[in-house]
Amino acid sequence: MTFHPTMPYDTGLHRSERRLPEQGEPFAYTPENRARLEEMARRYPPERRRSALLPALYLVQRQQGYVSAEAMEHVAGVIGVTPADVEDVVSFYTMFYSKPVGKYVLQVCRTLSCALNGAECVTKELANKLGIRPGETDPTGTFTLLEVECLGACDRAPVVMVNDHWHECLSREAAVRLVDDLLARGPEALSGCHLCVERR
Amino acid sequence: MFEPVLTSFVREPNSFTLDVSLRHGAYEGLRRALAMPPGQVIDIVKASGLRGRGGAGFPTGMKWGFVPKGSSKPTYVCCNADESEPGTFKDHVLMERNPHLVLEGCAIACYAIGAKVAYIYIRGEFHHVADVLESAIAEAHAGGYLGRQIFGSGFDCDIYVHRGAGAYEAGEESALLESLEGKRAQPRLRPPFPAVVGLYGCPTIVNNVETLANVPPILRQGAEWYAALGPEKNGGPKLFCISGHVTRPGVYEASMRTTLRELIYDYAGGIRDGRALKAVIPGGSSTPVLLPDTLDTEASFDGIAKAGSMLGSAALIVMDDSTCMVWAAENLMHFYAHESCGKCTPCREGADWMLKILQKIESGAGEMRDLDLLLSVANNIAGKTLCPFGDAAVAPVLSTLQHFRHEYEAHIREGRCPLHAPWRCGHA
Repeated sequence: MTFHPTMPYDTGLHRSERRLPEQGEPFAYTPENRARLEEMARRYPPERRRSALLPALYLVQRQQGYVSAEAMEHVAGVIGVTPADVEDVVSFYTMFYSKPVGKYVLQVCRTLSCALNGAECVTKELANKLGIRPGETDPTGTFTLLEVECLGACDRAPVVMVNDHWHECLSREAAVRLVDDLLARGPEALSGCHLCVERR
Repeated sequence: MFEPVLTSFVREPNSFTLDVSLRHGAYEGLRRALAMPPGQVIDIVKASGLRGRGGAGFPTGMKWGFVPKGSSKPTYVCCNADESEPGTFKDHVLMERNPHLVLEGCAIACYAIGAKVAYIYIRGEFHHVADVLESAIAEAHAGGYLGRQIFGSGFDCDIYVHRGAGAYEAGEESALLESLEGKRAQPRLRPPFPAVVGLYGCPTIVNNVETLANVPPILRQGAEWYAALGPEKNGGPKLFCISGHVTRPGVYEASMRTTLRELIYDYAGGIRDGRALKAVIPGGSSTPVLLPDTLDTEASFDGIAKAGSMLGSAALIVMDDSTCMVWAAENLMHFYAHESCGKCTPCREGADWMLKILQKIESGAGEMRDLDLLLSVANNIAGKTLCPFGDAAVAPVLSTLQHFRHEYEAHIREGRCPLHAPWRCGHA
């Protein structure tokens, strides 16, 4: 097989570039988060502490919003692996950010079922409203807009996940209202999915 | 209408609590299982003909039977709740509405294969669902349905929730185990299979959420009752996820005797806005598309296979006649190019190249020879990777090229996408 002769060929077509994580401030877990981590680690056999790596990274992200190189080093020490092992994992999973993100991360599901229900319009509307393109953070650091792959709620398409909160069946008008609402009321505007509403 | 088994009381308020679940017979299957030797539990599951609900349809009882007897190592049960196949949201509903059924299934599986610990690997995005499971586990512990000496039988069982962090590949069983060990979710070479060398190198059974949820009803009501719920070799209830251009998208529980037509037109209310059906993906994005002339196919593992596709995770994505099939293939290829774990070169590189070619065609810059190039790259991915991801990634392209080659050619001839779908933005 040969590559297409007329296709542009440049390094941008490859995914081999290494995106270095942001160095960040010196990091250490707060005592509460450290205790929470030890509690999580008890779910696994003592000699398998590495299993607690994903929970450990979630705690970092909860504490500082993203996972910095400093934090990776700290986590490596706490878990007992090398910093390279930690970076290996952070760079693989899409839910860990190795650069700072906005206060609200708007994640629009772009996969087929949502796309068939107008997810493209929702992304475009949000991009217009915020003045940024998908993948970018606005200058004030309030919003990050991301397009993500299937979130697993295809019957309530289109779905937008804002931080940990799901917003379902979001029309383009509702998406814009949500941004206004977040600006006006802050995190209280994050209603969560139908279940969260029911359990409240 | 089919009498629901797995979702019989999910519409009741607080269906996720122990109280409501107990009123509907929760943990009765576990009680019965604990009164018999583990081998008999496996025999009953084998006799029921239960097939894995995650996608492959492998007989569950047989899988359990692969765990070596009398191993000196601990054994583990892993419940695969990664649910990341596009179009699939059935486990989501089970866990959020009937978590105790899932926990009971995990506990029975642990007893059957001699495990004391089960991990529920749930995808990271299901934050609120993980919360429901955690509270259900706490309630079950407090009620004596989990923990030490369950029902005074000498059987101990702990279940832990482990959140993933956004990786489609973690739904593949060996990649799930890698992820659970705190590494990248990349598949392992097999054999050895996880039943022999799995989590931490110990014998491990990985079962889908819906598969495990089918186990308690089998023990409550018997293998024969269970098998009779569906056609031969396709017994039991099945959850179907229907999304896309239908009037009532959602999860529907039905027998596998139901046809695709009944699912789309009776259960999901038919195509929206009075439009006509163009194509349906029957089992999640990685299964080949079916055309309207196959709608009278029985929605069973074997029925859909006969029609030339796969039941997979029973996720029907319905597309009406406004849908451009090249665009749909490009959309799914974007998914696979993004989610390829990067371990095997054909998939990592090939998926990216296929996406580029599809984007080129969809944007109107394609040439006729691109179609042969697409096929050539696809045939160098399928069957040449460690896990089934490679085959999954090329299925949407190969099947749309097979059935809708004229649409690809129209894009190239006209130099643009000829369809204007009302639900697409700024697309003309």
